[in-house]
Amino acid sequence: MSIAFVIVSHSAKLAEGVVELAKQMAQDVEFRAAGGSDAGGIGTSFDLILTAVEELTGAGHQVALLTDLGSADMTVEAVLEVVDPDQVRFCPGPLVEGAVSAGVTAQIGGDLDAVETAARARELFTD
Amino acid sequence: MTNLDVEWAKDWMRRASAILTEHRMELIDLDRAIGDGDHGENMSRGFAVVVTRLDEAPPEDVAGVFKVVAQTLMAKVGGASGPLYGTAFMRAAKSAEGELDSAWVVTLCEAALDGIVTRGKATTGEKTMVDAWTPAIEAARAAAEAGKSPAETLRAAADAAADGAEKTVPMKATKGRASYLGERSIGHKDPGSTSTSYLLATAADAAEAAA
Ligand SMILES: Nc1ncnc2c1ncn2[C@@H]1O[C@H](COP(=O)(O)OP(=O)(O)OP(=O)(O)O)[C@@H](O)[C@H]1O
Ligand SMILES: [Mg+2]
Repeated sequence: MSIAFVIVSHSAKLAEGVVELAKQMAQDVEFRAAGGSDAGGIGTSFDLILTAVEELTGAGHQVALLTDLGSADMTVEAVLEVVDPDQVRFCPGPLVEGAVSAGVTAQIGGDLDAVETAARARELFTD
Repeated sequence: MTNLDVEWAKDWMRRASAILTEHRMELIDLDRAIGDGDHGENMSRGFAVVVTRLDEAPPEDVAGVFKVVAQTLMAKVGGASGPLYGTAFMRAAKSAEGELDSAWVVTLCEAALDGIVTRGKATTGEKTMVDAWTPAIEAARAAAEAGKSPAETLRAAADAAADGAEKTVPMKATKGRASYLGERSIGHKDPGSTSTSYLLATAADAAEAAA
């Protein structure tokens, strides 16, 4: 089963930009951007995120959710209460590095655990 | 003593929407000082939609009202207060069964705080709405145990929440957006505990009007 991503950000542009960047090294992986509030402003939207997740699980994917700051995590955790926890996982980490690293991991066939570990992008932040 | 009912719950939401619209600028200014300035807009917009939805399809019981509030805030409020208050009202809905008396007012506040802590993982002293809900529960419990009416119990909770909100001024924020400011968050009142005190004040207003 292939892994797909939902990129959650307070900014629609940022979410789309992260998708663009991550896709470069993960051409065969599905990404959805869920950025901004439901009114199109800065914020996060329960409905936008849930719709993206359901589209991907409906297409047979397992879904990894990556977030930017603050309430993005809370909104994602609220979404997790209404979806299948075996198929959908919140993968905390730095959004840009995490998305690229986790995207590549999915591209080369990593499972959800491997993707979650990659999303933390730990090796990039040790000096 | 008049128990609380669905009419109270609907009236509460109408009053909440009105007070949050009235204090929209104040909440925006508080949030601008230590956050991103959207709390007043988030709350007034969210509760305006709540009132519209309650008018369109009036629920039959208190739990039904709270469920509409939870779903609406979760969907319509783009900031932290959406999932936080959304989860609070979801838990409150589950608590609304049996006699909605003074003891239930305590249960209601406990359920709301439980939802907020589940979502936000904050504890007291972190300069968040937890600092308003926590003293509200204690005051409600004292009032209920002293045999006060539901309206009086809600009033005690609301007054304690307002006091709790004031006490966030000297705190340093360690959760939420204000935590990015570190020491600079000291000296400002937390917007979320302020909106909590308005919410509880209108719950008491609605109960007093019904009593
Ligand atoms: N982790 C938390 N636990 C409890 N309350 C919190 C937490 N984080 C923020 N809050 C409360 O939320 C209020 C801010 O709500 P608001 O609607 O402005 O969200 P925001 O901080 O702008 O959200 P975002 O993270 O999307 O920027 C704060 O004043 C605080 O009371
Ligand atoms: Mg804000």
